[in-house]
Amino acid sequence: MGGVVQGGRVVEASSVVQGIGVSPGSAYAPVVQVGAAVRPPANEEVLEPEEAARVIREALEAVAVEIERRIGLASDNAAEILGATAMLARDPGLVDAAIAHASAGKGPASAIDAATQEYIDQFVALGGYFAERATDLRDVGDRAIAFVLGVPSPGIPELDAECILVALDLAPAETATLDSSKVIGIVTEHGGRTSHTAILAAQMGIPAAVNVAGATGIAEGTPILVDGETGQVHINPSGEMVDRLKQRAARRTAALAGSSGPGMTKDGKRVALLANIGGVEDAVAAGKADLEGVGLFRTEFVFLSASTAPTVEEQAEIYRQVFAPFEGKRVVVRTLDAGADKPLAFADLGAEENPALGRRGLRLSAERPDLLDAQLEALSIAATDSGADVRVMAPMVALVEEAAWFARRVRENGLKSVGVMIEVPGAALRSAHVLEEVDFGSLGTNDLAQYTMAADRMQGELSDLLDPWQPALLDVVAAACQGAAITGKPMGVCGEAGGDPLLALVLSGLGVTSLSMAPSKVPMVRLALSLHTFSDCQRLAHLARSARTAYDAHQAVLGAAANELTAVL
Amino acid sequence: MTTRTVEIGSSVGLHARPAALFVKAVNEAGVPVTICKPGGKPGPANSMLAIMALGAKHGDTVELGCDAEGADGVLDALVALLERDLDAEA
Repeated sequence: MGGVVQGGRVVEASSVVQGIGVSPGSAYAPVVQVGAAVRPPANEEVLEPEEAARVIREALEAVAVEIERRIGLASDNAAEILGATAMLARDPGLVDAAIAHASAGKGPASAIDAATQEYIDQFVALGGYFAERATDLRDVGDRAIAFVLGVPSPGIPELDAECILVALDLAPAETATLDSSKVIGIVTEHGGRTSHTAILAAQMGIPAAVNVAGATGIAEGTPILVDGETGQVHINPSGEMVDRLKQRAARRTAALAGSSGPGMTKDGKRVALLANIGGVEDAVAAGKADLEGVGLFRTEFVFLSASTAPTVEEQAEIYRQVFAPFEGKRVVVRTLDAGADKPLAFADLGAEENPALGRRGLRLSAERPDLLDAQLEALSIAATDSGADVRVMAPMVALVEEAAWFARRVRENGLKSVGVMIEVPGAALRSAHVLEEVDFGSLGTNDLAQYTMAADRMQGELSDLLDPWQPALLDVVAAACQGAAITGKPMGVCGEAGGDPLLALVLSGLGVTSLSMAPSKVPMVRLALSLHTFSDCQRLAHLARSARTAYDAHQAVLGAAANELTAVL
Repeated sequence: MTTRTVEIGSSVGLHARPAALFVKAVNEAGVPVTICKPGGKPGPANSMLAIMALGAKHGDTVELGCDAEGADGVLDALVALLERDLDAEA
């Protein structure tokens, strides 16, 4: 393999870069770089009108041709969409508008950008179906701009062989439409433990590392090995290294083969193993997996793409489909968790300076109780029809009064089990009183870490602060579990921490009675539990909380855990 | 300028597939045709974007215009197309 130079940066011929492992497993394949959309430079050169028109026509035609080339490779449904997108690139209205902007004194890329944006604005104003088409138009515009500027096209290129995708970060839509038969690993330069890429990669079972410095500088086609557990990315690894990691993967497969069924410690204490899901497809997949139900059903997808509030009937139909695979099993539903960072077209309370600390979760429901009531009614209808054990919990609860308000509304709708997310430190510290109002609690460790350490979870650079091994976070979790023990109410975990086999032991030792995670992480957690007694877990929890730093906590638990487990981590 | 007024027959309005079929028909006619909402600024009827930006829903009225020779025949054919529920024929 040749030089590893791109964008003026040089990556050592054979080297290791440390990132954060977010989706277990390892993968070895050549790199495919995902281009980022490029904006036209502010000082773009203005061309003579005829020349500008030629450049603009050429760029849009090239985009149309490239999209049409993909039609042959796509399924019928996708082919039709691509055909319509190619037509957008050739659209006389777009070409004319771009040329008009160029004649009025803009550079060709800026002119394409302005023309695209005008139509996008009109589409967005029309809402609904049109607003969705705005994304296709943005894609056409971005590709044409990249063509004019002579940089790679944005987005995931057509893949014809197994590869490891490398990007600055992946948009949720990109991650969701990945072809997992081709993409066997994901590496991003940005992002943290709880970024969209991390969550979706784990959901799809694709090994992934995020926050890998210099990742976008690795040349296209370079063979790399990503270890989704340790977060290490080996660039041009030696054959020996590849063999060693393959052997470890084989050991792991062998160890996991012997473990199945409900989660329990070696001495038989049950810790339910549940799935985090975000939609109907996830529900169908999780329904087939060896797990005990759903510990977190995120309902945002029902609302985020809609321009008007979905009706009770529409929602009930979706919830029915989600509950269907879980006959006789529990499904814990989290009510709408939106806010200024995930605004809803029909419930926008305006921009906020600190969305994470603003009117989100249950606080938004308090401003718009009509939305909550419609959701609860729909859940109640779908629950009545289904054989699933449906439980409903509220996000972002801080006060006893909030828990009581929510519980009353849930019970008035005929739903029998109500709980609260424990993700605000205030609620964790006062969990005994908060839980008195409801039937269960569920620790959202991602947000609990963000609020305990005052570190924005979307800020990749702050990953260390958000490390779930931070002893301070474990103290807050311990306090929440103590409160739960006083009331006798169960306390689960539905943050990503529950999917880390070593942390799962610590959390169980602290008194957590269920762990919810990406389904791909369940087998390893089940194995970890089966190799330790409850008192082992308590001892590991004590070791972690006695440590002075997150690193020490992790090392202490790693050192004291069963060898059968650490040999396959 | 020969003009026609027509009510959109497609249940989903004039976008997506119905719009694509209409644009195809305009291109096949081979003469410049304009489209607008009553009182609006006429735009090229072979522009999918211009058509979609109209936001014409089922039952909305649009105006077609054409200056070319044989405009009557061309417009009549296009009117007939728009009156149908093109989406239902998918």
